[in-house]
Amino acid sequence: MNRIDQRFSELKQQGRKALIPYITAGDPAPHYTVGFMHALVEAGADIIELGVPFSDPMADGPVIQKACERALKQGTRLVDLLDMVAEFRQADTKTPVVLMGYLNPIERIGYEVFADKAATAGVDGVLVVDMPPEEADEFGPLLKVRNLAAIFLVAPTTSPARAATICAHGEGYLYYVSLKGVTGAATLNAAEVAQRLEPLREMTDLPLCVGFGIRDGVSAAEVAKVADGVIVGSALVNRIAENTETPEIIAGQLKSVLAEMRTAMDA
Amino acid sequence: MTVSATGTHDSAPDTRFGELTRMPDARGHYGPYGGRFVSETLSYALEDLEQTYLSLRDDPAFQAEFDRDLAHYVGRPSPLYHAERWSRTLGGAQIWLKREDLNHTGAHKVNNTIGQALLAKKTGKPRVIAETGAGQHGVATATVAARLGLECDVYMGAEDVQRQKLNVYRMRLLGARVIPVESGTRTLKDAMNEALRDWVTNVDNTFYIIGTVAGPHPYPQLVRDFNAVVGREARQQSLEQIGRLPDALVACVGGGSNAIGLFYPFIEDDAVAMYGVEAGGDGIETGRHAAPLASNAPRGVLHGNRTYLMSDEAGQVSDTHSISAGLDYPGVGPEHSLWKDVGRVKYVAANDKEVLEAFRELTQMEGIMPALESAHALAHAKVLATTMQPDQHIVVNLSGRGDKDIMTVAKIDGIEF
Repeated sequence: MNRIDQRFSELKQQGRKALIPYITAGDPAPHYTVGFMHALVEAGADIIELGVPFSDPMADGPVIQKACERALKQGTRLVDLLDMVAEFRQADTKTPVVLMGYLNPIERIGYEVFADKAATAGVDGVLVVDMPPEEADEFGPLLKVRNLAAIFLVAPTTSPARAATICAHGEGYLYYVSLKGVTGAATLNAAEVAQRLEPLREMTDLPLCVGFGIRDGVSAAEVAKVADGVIVGSALVNRIAENTETPEIIAGQLKSVLAEMRTAMDA
Repeated sequence: MTVSATGTHDSAPDTRFGELTRMPDARGHYGPYGGRFVSETLSYALEDLEQTYLSLRDDPAFQAEFDRDLAHYVGRPSPLYHAERWSRTLGGAQIWLKREDLNHTGAHKVNNTIGQALLAKKTGKPRVIAETGAGQHGVATATVAARLGLECDVYMGAEDVQRQKLNVYRMRLLGARVIPVESGTRTLKDAMNEALRDWVTNVDNTFYIIGTVAGPHPYPQLVRDFNAVVGREARQQSLEQIGRLPDALVACVGGGSNAIGLFYPFIEDDAVAMYGVEAGGDGIETGRHAAPLASNAPRGVLHGNRTYLMSDEAGQVSDTHSISAGLDYPGVGPEHSLWKDVGRVKYVAANDKEVLEAFRELTQMEGIMPALESAHALAHAKVLATTMQPDQHIVVNLSGRGDKDIMTVAKIDGIEF
């Protein structure tokens, strides 16, 4: 069983919802990332989404764009991320790690080579923002045979027919994008999200996790009531951005943001 | 389609490239290229656009409206002009210029914006957005938006805003908002990123008018189809004015919309050679260029399609360089990538220095000032002409006029206004 499936089955038994933080790897510099990942786990992360920095992050708002720029300035490459995951695995064999990013860095390495390296490093899932299931016929199966989950997005604009296709191809969990826009853009409407998730429940047994627009304990708790997981990115990356001059305090800040959400969700 | 040697299928031209007329496939792929690599929020809008386009493409009323606008608003057909004096001086083949520079707004770009604006009108969306490099597509979009009373926002790299101040002001006069993009390399690719971010946020009320044959399916297809009027006219005009098809076609390639417009209607005419001229910048060997095809860049995915894409070993998109803002783009339309692979079109590059020489030559010998983008095509046509005979003919797409580039050239000449 994949670590992601394992984790959701444990959470279900405990009656808890998944808290899934996102950080961009290599921000503010590569040697901090593994420490941040451990800090996130200590503060209550169930799964970690590790962002692959890209020169042209088309689906991201200014917060994550700048995170990508900082990471790239430090020379962070996809192969470095795989090393980070391998290092993380030396101390943590339980927490699932999902790589999230854009297709081109993976294209450049080659699908099969990447899939091999990711599996060896201890990655559990891959979410490629600009690769819908229709374009994943080649890549998807290469992930599957290595027990890596191909995670897909569902958006407020997704038609029922498309949602069915996505549910049929998706593994690990479905990432429901709560609003039309880029990352870090606005605050979501939990009631509307609840309404959108309902038909998806009919289509799939995959856990439904919600991202975009979750910034504090209150919004995390609201979403946790209706979804199986809460994904938080820009709210964390903001703390990194604010403290690039004093990186030693970032891990503590990430922990406090996440711990507040954990407490609110579990209350 | 391959016809038998006896030539009984006289309606079909003898061609090795019939397959190319059946592109893209149902999913927007051109062989291994193209596709729809976008985040999920945009998938619905693209499916919708595809349906709208496919239903209107064969609708005679829609075609008639498009043709009417091209005739009476754009001023088509554009002339095919024999650059006799320049040809004589070069001493080789005869060079003919397809005068897209004479279109309303000064470039081929308006063919496509007219078409997409008609689509926008059909969808009832009150707002259009566009990305622009040199500003020609932005101007063409602002123009059709003004005519149809649509709100218009144009994204333009901050560096290009500096390079093309005149066009920026033109867009503002037309009532558009020009939004400088400060992210990344502050050029065309970043403008396209920002336009996509806008679209993903405002997809309900906004139509995205993409300016080139790149982007996610169906954009490469519909931009090609709207620009193909250039090649249809040029083909007809060649038959009338030269008495036969030309021996070669030459066009500049950034994203590749003017080249595809000229080439596509000739794609099955095997005897017509085709040359796409990319921006060589400081020279391919320096790495400072914008020529993904001519430099054999690796395959990659950017802005919704797979294509030849300049990127580093880690898959980060490379900085590009060109004297012309309109060609300063690391990728290229996916159909061009396929045409390169099958050998239908030869892709070459002209560097900044050669381009400036061609710009000056045409201005001084024919009294026609080309856009710096189009001067790339002229630079290669010069080289090509001298390898050919005076009874041979080259058609060059003079895709835009050079007024917008006067400041750039003046700066190179050390002149300040």
